[in-house]
Amino acid sequence: MAKIHVTTTINGAPTEFLCDPSQTLLDVLRDQLGLTGSKEGCGSGDCGACSVTVDGRLVCSCLVLAPEAEGAKVETIEGMAQGDKLHPLQKKFVEMAALQCGICTPGFLIASRALLERNNNPTETEIRYWLAGNLCRCTGYDKIIHAVMEVAAEMRESAK
Amino acid sequence: MSNPKYKWIGTRPDRPDGADKVTGRARFAADFNLAGQLIGKVLRSPHAHARIKSIDTSKALALPGVKAVVTAKDFPEQADLTVPAGEMQVNLRDVTRNIMAREKVLYEGHAVAAVAATTEAIAKQALSLIKVDYQILPHVIDVAEAMKPGAPVLHETLMTEGAKPPATKPSNIAKRIEFAKGDTKAGFAKAEVIIERSFTTQAVHQGYIEPHAALASASEDGQVQIWSTTQGHFQVRGFCARLLNMETSQIRVTPSEIGGGFGGKTVVYLEPLAVRLSQKSGKPVKMTMSREDVFRASGPAPGGNVHVKIGAMKDGRIVAGECTVEMQAGAFPGSPVGPACMCSFACYDIDNVFIVGFDVVSNRPKVAAYRAPGAPISSFAVESTIDMLCQQLNMDPIDLRLKNAATKGTKTAYGVTFGVIGMVETLQAAKDSPHYKTPVKPGFARGVAAGFWFNVGADSSAAAHVGEDGTVTVISGNPDIGGSRASLALMAAEELGIDYDKIRPVIADTASIGFNFVTGGSRVTFATGLAVVNSVRDLIRDLKSRAAKTWGVDPDGVIWENGMAKPAGSNVGTFEPLSIAQLAATAGKTGGPINGHAQLNVTGAGPGFGVHVCDLAVDADTGIVTIGRYTAAQDVGTAIHPSYVEGQLQGGAVQGIGWALNEEYIYNAQGRLANAGFLDYRIPVASDLPMIETVLVEVPNPTHPYGVRGVGEVPIIPPLATVGNAVARATGLRMLDLPLSPPKLSAALDAARPLMAAE
Amino acid sequence: MTDIQFKVAKTVREAASLMAAAKGKGRILAGGTDLLVQMKAGMVTPGTIIDVKKIAEMVSITETKGSYRIGAATPAAVIGEHKKLRKAWPGVVEAINLIGSTQVQGRASAGGNLCNASPAADSVPALVAAGAIVTIQGAKTRRQVPVEKFNSGPGKTTLKAGEIVVSLTLPARPKTSGDAYLRLIPRTEMDIAVVGVGVSLTMKGDTCVSARVGLGAVAPTVLLVEAAAKALTGSKLDAKALDAAANACSAACRPIDDKRGTIRYRTKIAGVLLRRATAIAADRAKGISRPAHSQQGH
Repeated sequence: MAKIHVTTTINGAPTEFLCDPSQTLLDVLRDQLGLTGSKEGCGSGDCGACSVTVDGRLVCSCLVLAPEAEGAKVETIEGMAQGDKLHPLQKKFVEMAALQCGICTPGFLIASRALLERNNNPTETEIRYWLAGNLCRCTGYDKIIHAVMEVAAEMRESAK
Repeated sequence: MSNPKYKWIGTRPDRPDGADKVTGRARFAADFNLAGQLIGKVLRSPHAHARIKSIDTSKALALPGVKAVVTAKDFPEQADLTVPAGEMQVNLRDVTRNIMAREKVLYEGHAVAAVAATTEAIAKQALSLIKVDYQILPHVIDVAEAMKPGAPVLHETLMTEGAKPPATKPSNIAKRIEFAKGDTKAGFAKAEVIIERSFTTQAVHQGYIEPHAALASASEDGQVQIWSTTQGHFQVRGFCARLLNMETSQIRVTPSEIGGGFGGKTVVYLEPLAVRLSQKSGKPVKMTMSREDVFRASGPAPGGNVHVKIGAMKDGRIVAGECTVEMQAGAFPGSPVGPACMCSFACYDIDNVFIVGFDVVSNRPKVAAYRAPGAPISSFAVESTIDMLCQQLNMDPIDLRLKNAATKGTKTAYGVTFGVIGMVETLQAAKDSPHYKTPVKPGFARGVAAGFWFNVGADSSAAAHVGEDGTVTVISGNPDIGGSRASLALMAAEELGIDYDKIRPVIADTASIGFNFVTGGSRVTFATGLAVVNSVRDLIRDLKSRAAKTWGVDPDGVIWENGMAKPAGSNVGTFEPLSIAQLAATAGKTGGPINGHAQLNVTGAGPGFGVHVCDLAVDADTGIVTIGRYTAAQDVGTAIHPSYVEGQLQGGAVQGIGWALNEEYIYNAQGRLANAGFLDYRIPVASDLPMIETVLVEVPNPTHPYGVRGVGEVPIIPPLATVGNAVARATGLRMLDLPLSPPKLSAALDAARPLMAAE
Repeated sequence: MTDIQFKVAKTVREAASLMAAAKGKGRILAGGTDLLVQMKAGMVTPGTIIDVKKIAEMVSITETKGSYRIGAATPAAVIGEHKKLRKAWPGVVEAINLIGSTQVQGRASAGGNLCNASPAADSVPALVAAGAIVTIQGAKTRRQVPVEKFNSGPGKTTLKAGEIVVSLTLPARPKTSGDAYLRLIPRTEMDIAVVGVGVSLTMKGDTCVSARVGLGAVAPTVLLVEAAAKALTGSKLDAKALDAAANACSAACRPIDDKRGTIRYRTKIAGVLLRRATAIAADRAKGISRPAHSQQGH
């Protein structure tokens, strides 16, 4: 079986890889490209720990075939901080203790960023439904929701 | 909210591992790889109960790319010896059978063989080439069924321990235990009100988001390294040494960051298999469980049947309590029926108590610890019954509990007399909470329940090393599952009198620090915290002696204050205080490196009490429960890092809400788990919940220098009855069986409707 | 090692001929949210995976004289962002937007949801209520079929060998129409429907002049419940009509007991959701907007 050659952009960097036709994007990110920040919690799209964006669209990378990345722009948790500067969401999650064990955190951050890029004034209910596909078993979600609301408020303030 | 007594304790600085965990840099178990590693996979039983007649691995071994295959034959037989596993006990003879089935498979998902191959695809293909000849046996899933005479017997040699009269033939009842205080017969005779009911709860899974994973590398000289996700790497070392007949010094275990455990990662599943595969293949072997494996083959928390009888006077004083707990152990003996029994009435000062527990095996995965193991199950029954008492006597649920609350000097049914505890304070705090003071919204109803957990001390080691620049590395040996690095660093900063930022907490592998018991039992901030405090005190002793040497005075003439060595008084002499940085800079001249260490068996864990309040609505047509408001109050001793204390209360409460509403193991007629995935094993999602309000009640634990009590376990106990009691008040219907899933609640409402209309 | 081929089709015809060439072992990759899960579970081992997302017709939404054609592989999130479509068919869009999480929405499609042929598919009862038409491309010809005739059983469709679904067409309808979809799940998100009900109504004043009802997760395929529609049509959606329609829905149920719900519960909830969905659809027909996040009507 021939491997497929894929040319893509990951976190802004042109990237090439070879993959099996049935390999998932998550497997390639983790096992071939060393981008282990995306986590596999279920492999069936039920936990959101592998969340990435593909061409700006929030997806579970376990439900994307690696060959589909051809020509696409993939953003993972490893690309969220700029240089040594954390993204406001990353900073706020630490500040507000929005993580305990941290395994779900990359997925929550990617998903939250995708929300705030679309809507910087979400209601608590909108945040909760947007993030319903990201499971967290440690926090009861409370501090995560608070952190996202806080960053949204800061974004609105700085947009004034 | 910071604690006025302290500079650092009670503040909320960023956690030391925060940046790593928000950038994807933190390495969890599945993120470790070694050059040349093989992928290991486990063949699991499709049957709930079967005898293994033969296993033929020859075809798998012959497949190109397959480097090793193991079965039970590759693991030595173990003695009938019980050892601690987290907060529970396990028998080594059972553990070796649980990691790899021997004579029989005892549950669907039971490991039968494992392979290591160059790729995952080859490993999977190899599994399909292993031929297992099974003789399928009748199975039993339900505890009540398993206890009946004539039930399929899992272990032909299992005689009920503690049976009255002694057992004469094997059964599935592993153990009978009993706790008694006073005379319940007299108590019930005196009682003016008696309420008696039977309750059931279902098995639930801890539901950590990170599946079990391990990487092992064995070298030809017999040394082994393991990287795995665990709540106790010393336990991984200990179990692997036992199960593989190795010496502990030959095994070095490095814990990865841990993606949740809640008790479920206090035992071993993959590690011994990965080691054995690595030994046989001569290559590193990496193994990860799928989510389905996690549900089918790693320990859930048990379900149980609980019968409760409570007698009270009309003024609300409880005079007698009886409780019988029948608890699932899974395929091997060892359910948390003990703590379930002990916790059942522990919130209350009751003169006459009698508790009986049964540990029962059935064809389910062996249970593992889950946050306050056992307690939520018995507490659900007792707290529901107490709520019925409140309703019958028309008393406020907090007032009735205040009337009966355990206090200092209360003797428990299991024999311990409480020291300084905060049950009364916690009830009062719940009563004074903004939530409880706010009238219930129309369409909603309010439930209240309490919970108790012992908390644990046990063995901890810690070290504190001063660097050349005077910053300090604090080394301990408990995986940080929810912010413990921050708590340990805060206590070290407080003790040393230097900035939190000048302290780097590190979690060392098994070869780099002395023994530590598991991260579990809510013990790390308490017990390992004490080890850290003592190691820092040892360090301060050394720092003072260095200052004494510098000044040419007696060490007793030096005190340590605000991060500085100072002369104890003017009689010692006049010296400029020396900072830790100054002392570090001259350490070479005063005796070399400056380190402190401590190791101890910690006793005196302070028990914790929680009181939860929940407002919810029930859709009468669909049986769907909507939680509108939720508050968790708890006696937390001293909140070292309040954000992470709140986080424990919030997370525990939500796990309990899930247990109450939708989580359950569902078996089909073949004894196979029907919902082994996050789609149909329904843990709460963000949109199911409101914010979880917390009230931190600080009643310091007098045995700890900073008054720490464990906080992680208590919060999962009250929610089951809190939710159940609110549902009872919303619907007029007392639900005795969890979970309160929509079909079940709807059917109960439909059945009750004509009766209620008639009343 | 498996021998899977991955092909990206540029045209509908190319996709259909790749499908034909795969001799029954071809699988269309739209969003992949079912296909990848099935592959991982070992339920499906495709010979050829045919990605159709580079075919413009299959990932776009077009309007012609009030009728909407939705490309079969259009991601649900894109459908949800189409303001005109959302206004015209709020129930259909809501139903499509209930398929899975936000992440799944970024990939899952109405065509995929239909072809996966789960009786509990969220989009299908709403599409049935809407009277959607499925456009199918074979090796040589195109054909159309009403959506309620498309599936033949759990996991089974009426597609012939080599055929693929190209698009779904929603008919034009009077301004005084409204639709709604409600499902019951134990949690608020991330579950498979225990029951799903789609209702589409056209009102004239207070009178319902036409109705269609789709009912999911209670039979081997999603049902068009004509008896319920009949009970609503001509009525003022009064208690009597709603009782009759709810009873018709319950009567149409042929459910199973499983880990997600019981026969008894599903049968009852079919009626409950019919009433609630009808109320929302009627409001919408009258121009009263009803908010999202009321999936269960509570």
